[in-house]
Parts: sequence; C-alpha cells; structure tokens
Amino acid sequence: MSRKVALYGLLCLLCVPFVFPTWWMVTSSMKPISEIFSESLLPSEWTFSTYSQVFRMQPFGQQYWNSLYIAVIVTAGTMVVAAMAGYAFARIRFPGQNVLFVVVLTGLLIPSEVTIVPLFQLFQSLGLTNTHWPLIIVPIFGAPCVLAIFIMRQFFVALPPELEEAARMDGLGRAGIFYRVALPLARPALGAVAIFTFLHSWNLYLEPIVYLSTPDMFTLPQALTQFVDIYGGPMWNVQLAAATMTAVPILVVFVLAQRQFIEGLAHTGVKG
Amino acid sequence: MTFWTYRRRDNLVGYLFVAPALLGSLAFVLIPLALVGWYSLNEWNVLGGTFEFIGAENYERLLSDEKLRESLVATTWFAAGLVVLNLSLALLLAVLLNQKLRGTTVFRTLFFSPVLVSLVAWTLVWQLMLQPEGSVNGLLGVVGVDGPNWLRTESAAMVAVIVVQVIKNVGLNMVLFLAALQGVPAPLYEAAKIDGAGAWTRFRRITIPLISPTILLTSIITIVGSLQVFAQIAVLTQGGPGTSTTVLIYYLYQQAFQFHHFGYGATISVLLFVIVAALTLLQWRMRRKWVLHES
Repeated sequence: MSRKVALYGLLCLLCVPFVFPTWWMVTSSMKPISEIFSESLLPSEWTFSTYSQVFRMQPFGQQYWNSLYIAVIVTAGTMVVAAMAGYAFARIRFPGQNVLFVVVLTGLLIPSEVTIVPLFQLFQSLGLTNTHWPLIIVPIFGAPCVLAIFIMRQFFVALPPELEEAARMDGLGRAGIFYRVALPLARPALGAVAIFTFLHSWNLYLEPIVYLSTPDMFTLPQALTQFVDIYGGPMWNVQLAAATMTAVPILVVFVLAQRQFIEGLAHTGVKG
Repeated sequence: MTFWTYRRRDNLVGYLFVAPALLGSLAFVLIPLALVGWYSLNEWNVLGGTFEFIGAENYERLLSDEKLRESLVATTWFAAGLVVLNLSLALLLAVLLNQKLRGTTVFRTLFFSPVLVSLVAWTLVWQLMLQPEGSVNGLLGVVGVDGPNWLRTESAAMVAVIVVQVIKNVGLNMVLFLAALQGVPAPLYEAAKIDGAGAWTRFRRITIPLISPTILLTSIITIVGSLQVFAQIAVLTQGGPGTSTTVLIYYLYQQAFQFHHFGYGATISVLLFVIVAALTLLQWRMRRKWVLHES
C-alpha cells in the first residue's frame, strides 16, 4: 500500500516538468503582458485580445493552412513512397538490392543542415524559392523519408510469407499482392510512419527560414518567432497565444487517440 | 517460355517500387552531398560573389579554428548529457509505468504529450520560463533554491538546453522501452526470484540484456538526433553565452548563413557527416558485443 502511494507520488512529481509548460503556455496566453512573469497559476483577469492580435499581426490563418496542407501532403506522399520501397527491399529479390538499400540508407546519416546549401541552390535555379515545393518534395523523396522506409522494411521483413504465397497461388501478381495482402496488414507500421512524418513536417524550422521570405508563405514554427512590437521586442503573450493555437489541436487529437498513437509508435521499436 | 517470366516481372516491380526513393536519394541526398564535398575545396563568399578553388585550405583552417574546437567540446557535452539523461529517464519512466498500477495510461499520456507540442512553441515557452524572474526559478524558489540566470550563465545554459530537449522527446524512448519491457517473459523473473535474486539483480541480469536491442536502437536515434538539434539552440541561446552552447550544427549555420562563408560551412558539413557516420558505424559494430540475440 505504502509502495503504491510512493509510486503515485513519484509519478506526480516527475509529471511536473512535462505538464507545467503546456499549462503555463495556455494560461499565460490569456494574461496581460505585465503578468507573464508573475507566479500566479491563473491570470488575475482573463483576456482573449491576444488571440485576435495574433491574426491582426500576421496572416496567421494562411500560415496555419500552409503548415497543415504541407504536412498532410508530405505525410501521404511519404507513406506511399516508403511503403513501396520498404516492401520491395524486404520481400522482392532483385539484382543489386542490397547495394541500393545501402545507398538509400545513407540518407539516415545526413542531417538536413548538411545538404541545405546545395539544395537551396537547386531550388533557386528552378525558381522555386519562396514556394512550398522544397518543403514538400525533399521530405517525401529525400532524407526524412529514409527512416520511414526503414520502419516499413522492418515490418515487412517480419511478415509471415505464407499469406503472400497463398495469394500468388491464386494468381495475384506482385503489385496485387502488395496492394491487397501486404499493405492492409501494414496498418500499424503505416500509422507510426504517418505520425512521425506529420510531426517532422509540422516542426520543420530551418528549411522554412531558408526557403521562405514573405509572411503569407510562412509556416507556423517560423511565424511563431515573428510576433514583435514596433521596436523589435518580442510580444510574449501574443507569441504564447499563437503557440497555444499550434499546440492544442494536436494535443487534443492525441488525447482522443492516444492508445492507437502510442501503441503504433511502440510497434516500430520492438522489431528494430 | 515467354520473356516475361514471374522472376523477371518480379525484378521489374522491385525496381519500380524502389525507384522513387532511389531517385530522391540521388537528387536530394547524394548529389547534394557530393556538391558539399566540392564546395569544401573552394573559397566561396556569397556576399563577395567569390568562388575560387583553394584545395585543402578550408580543412587546414578546421584544424586551427579555435571556435570550432570550442564548438566540438560543446557538441560532445550536449550529446553526452542528452543521451545519458534521455535514456536513463526514459528507462526509469518506462519501469515505473510498467508496474501494476491504476492510471498508468494517464501518466503515459502526460509524459508523452510534449512530443506533440510543436518544437518552436515548446522552446519559446521554456525561453520565457527560464528567464531570471521566470517560472522555473519561481518553482525552485518554493523549495528554497536560488536559480541562476539560466540562459545567460555558461554551464547553466548547457544544462537548460539539454533538459528542455530531453523533456520534449523522452516520451518517444519511454514508449519504446515500455513496449520492450512488456515483451520480457514474466516466468524469467519468477524463476530468478525463487533463486533469491533481488530486484536490482533481476533488473540488471534479466531486464537489461533482454531489452538491449531497444537500448541500441534508441541510443543510435538519440545520439544522431542530438547532433541535429538546431531550432532549440537558435531560439533559446543562439549558441551563447560565448560559445558555450554553439553545437556543431549551429556553428555550421553561423558560418554559412550568418557570415556567408559557404565554402567553410561546407567543410564543417563534411566534418559533421563524418562524425555522424562514424558514430553510427561504431554503435552498429558494438551491437555484436553487447546486444543479446534470441536465436
């Protein structure tokens, strides 16, 4: 009994640094700026004007849409590319397979900051800077996709071959086996890939700073740092209101679907 | 016999399936990497509009660059602190949540939640909380500790960026460990108990070896990830005070995008790539030594 109490106490204590920042972000976004550094857990007077200020100071709705649609396209594209490549590397035997797999895997070793200069030049020469193309194409086909390919491959390697053999007997071709048999079974791995990819795209910071230059093209992480007064000083409570709007929807989705979420992610690690 | 045997069609499908990823790797990873290698042999100042072949000069500069040395020291501290704190905290949380206890799902959700808060939002919040008169010092004051000016004091700034990063991401490793712990067969523990093994011995002799593949995976991901931490540093400390939190990737950003030395920036990129590749290879080799294989 006392062991249980001690455990609960320890867990509650450990929770503080995980929960408090989010709590503080939400409540402080409704405090007047003079109260940001006060010790109080709740605002003395609730103000929501910071929220309307967010939209007055920047095209925040547009920026929200930018981040959202980019993340959705990147997630969908990555799932397709990674599932196909992961499946082929795991289940199909073709000459040069291992060499090609190693070639693709090098992407895991290369932080995106390393290649950003040549990539910037590439997109500049194509006239695609200050568009969203670099933020969509590079993650789907480039280095960020490699982890997804790896996860999918690990999943397909562990899949029992009997199912596919049965489908082959029934006269299904390779593409048919992939689409009708393997892919439906891969839902947990695909779920994990979707979560990883969405978060990665949603959080991208360096790439938008490098590629995008006008506020209506900005993505959310970039926009968050731009709430400054006319003297260039940061407007903290407005920043926090914007931060709250970027964080809370995702947190709500997570709490609603946390079981699928966490178990989907855990699934990828066990077989690693 | 037709030309399109099952074998040949299978090969074709294989190539078609890997083609998008392969072409992407070529265009967005390998060719840019080769270009970075080429740039590193040139003096390239974007503002001055100069691009001139200088051979190994940039590499010689690497060796004598005092700031780079400081940056490597900062990088080592950051990576080491991050990995040790992240993995031990993740394992501790996973073990706590693996107890038979009501409400562990709630705690699991709470510990995991920072993973989903957007990175810049999370960092901005901590930036404010870490101000001298901010909430962190307010909370520390409650227990009688007089906190420093976290982001403007050298050693404290390093501790702060590590802790902020660990709390943000430790949930991921925690979940992986939790899944691994749940895969350890319970009879093993019971047998060990009968043999008189204490809790610590059981943890060290059964749990750790059986979850070693997960420890390897998470340590690779965490170390390589620690070398890519950019936004947090950019928002929290801008590499300061002095160069105390100028990790390699931030130094690279400074050289290339603030001082516009693309050539030297490329040289630092090559160094970063070599370090990441070497670390990954090393860990992969160590796998044979200390990861327990079931077969």
